[in-house]
Amino acid sequence: MTPLRLALVDDEAPARARLRDLLQDIADAMPTEIVCAAASGVEALELLADQAVDVVLTDIHMPRMNGLQLALHLARLSPPPAVIFVTAFDQYAVQAFELSATDYLLKPVRAERLLEALRRCRPGQPPEARQLQALAPGGREHLRCTERGRVLLIPLDEVLYLKAELKYVTVRTRGGEHVLEESLAQLEQEFGPRFVRVHRNCLVALAAVRGYERERGEAGEVDSEARWVLLLQDIDEHIAVSRRQWPQVKSLLKG
Amino acid sequence: MARERESIRQFPETPAAGPEARPGGQRELALAFAAGLLPVLLLWLLLRYLGFDVGGPAALLLAALGLALSLAWVYRRGLTRSPAMAEARLMALTSRIRPHFLFNSLNAVLGTIRSDPRAAETALEEMAELFRALMQDPRHLVPLSDELALCRKYLALERLRLGERVQVQWDVDACPPDALVPPLMLQPLLENAVYHGIEPIDGGGVLIIRIVSAGGMVAMELSNPYEPRHDHAQGNRMAMDNIRERLGLFFGLGASLEHEVRDGRYFVRLVFPYARGGA
Repeated sequence: MTPLRLALVDDEAPARARLRDLLQDIADAMPTEIVCAAASGVEALELLADQAVDVVLTDIHMPRMNGLQLALHLARLSPPPAVIFVTAFDQYAVQAFELSATDYLLKPVRAERLLEALRRCRPGQPPEARQLQALAPGGREHLRCTERGRVLLIPLDEVLYLKAELKYVTVRTRGGEHVLEESLAQLEQEFGPRFVRVHRNCLVALAAVRGYERERGEAGEVDSEARWVLLLQDIDEHIAVSRRQWPQVKSLLKG
Repeated sequence: MARERESIRQFPETPAAGPEARPGGQRELALAFAAGLLPVLLLWLLLRYLGFDVGGPAALLLAALGLALSLAWVYRRGLTRSPAMAEARLMALTSRIRPHFLFNSLNAVLGTIRSDPRAAETALEEMAELFRALMQDPRHLVPLSDELALCRKYLALERLRLGERVQVQWDVDACPPDALVPPLMLQPLLENAVYHGIEPIDGGGVLIIRIVSAGGMVAMELSNPYEPRHDHAQGNRMAMDNIRERLGLFFGLGASLEHEVRDGRYFVRLVFPYARGGA
C-alpha cells in the first residue's frame, strides 16, 4: 500500500506535533507520508504549488488565510486533494461542515477518528460547487496567480479592475498588474456583486470607483465622440465605459 | 463534578463582604438629587420663560414632584444594588473561559507531552490553577497581586500554544499589589486581546499591560495590535460589558472601563478606587 501523501496546516506548532504523533501511531493501519507542514493557508498554497498531496488536514482559524478559504483554493488544484478540517471549537464552521457533508475532526483529535477520516476521504475528486458554497458562502477572498514559480495571493479588496487580454486576464491593484489563468466570465460569475462590467473586456471593483466624467475622444480616432470614463481610487487611470454598458453602470453608481 | 458546581452556586448564610462595601455612596446620593430635581427645575424655568406665573401652590407641587422623582431614582438604584440582587448578578456574571481556549490548550498539551513532558506538566498545573480561579466565589474581592499571578499563568499557556507570536510587556512596578479587585477582572481582557489582537495577525504582536496608582485610584491599561478587518466586535463587547457590570457592582460609580483605538492599537482602560485588603 503506497503511503497517503499529506499536508498539515495549523498555525500552532504543538497542534502540528500532535497530528504527527497520531499519524505515527496509526501508521500500521494507515501508512502516511507528511509531505509538508504549513502555518497558514497562504503558506500551504505556496508549498503545494510544486508538490501534490492526497489529503490536507487543516485548522480553521489561522492568520493570513483561514482553513475554509484554503479549501476553496485547494478545490481548484488538479488533482484536488481531499480536505479534512481540524478545529477546536467553532459552531459556525461545524454547522457548515454538516451542511456540506465535509469531514472534520475536533481537537483534541483522537487516533481512531483520524484513522476513520483518512480511510473515508476520496482524494482527487473535486468537491461539488454546493459543498464549497456551504463552506464559504462569501466565496474566495484572494485571487491566486503564479509569478516566476511563486504563488501570489491578491486580496480581493485590493483589486481595482480585471481586464481580459487576448488569452488571459490581468488584475490591476494599486501596486501593479498580475496575470490570472481564469476567464473574465468565470470571475464575473464568482464575484458578481463586487464588480461592474463596464466594457466587453473589463470588470471594475465598485468600491474602487471614485467618480465618472465625460471625456472627449482624441481627434483622429475613428470614434471621436465624447464618452464616459470611470475615475478610480489611488491610480490615475481612466476606464472607458462602453456605450452599451453605460446605463447599467450609471444606475449602479448612483444607486 | 455536578455536585461541586452545586455547592459553588449555593448562597452562604452570611453575605460576603463584597458588593455592599463599596466607596462612592455620597456621590450617588448627589446624583439622585440631581436626577430628580433637575428636570423639575428646568420645567419651572420653561414655564417662567413661557410667561406662566408659577407661584404659591404650583411651586410647592413642582417641588414635591422633584422630591418624588429623586426618591424613585434612589429606590430603583437600591433595588438593583440590594446585596441579594447584587450577589445574584455577580453569580450570573461569573467569568467563563472560551471553549476555543480550553480545547486548543488541551490539544497543545497533548502535542507537547512526548517531546517535552516537563513543559506539558507545567502547562497542566497552570490550567488547574486557572480553572480553580474560574470556579472560585465571584463575590469576594481578591488582591491585585493574585489576579496578576493568574494572568501570568494564563499567558504562559498561550505561549505554549502560540510561541513567539505572543509577546508581553509588563509595566507594573508602580502597581499596588494589595489593591482589591473583583476576581478575574484582568484575565478575560487578556484573553480578548490574544483572541482578537494576536491570533489573527501574521507574526503576532505585543500585549502591553500598565498599572499605576494615584489619588486613591488604580488605573490599568491594556493594549494590543489592532487590525480593523479582524474586528469581531460582538464577542469583545460581551466580555467588556460583563467586566463593566461587575466593576459597578463592587465599586458603584467610582469605577470605569473604556476602550479606544489609537495608532493601530486597541486600548482598554480600567479605573477603580484603591481599596486595601484587610490582611
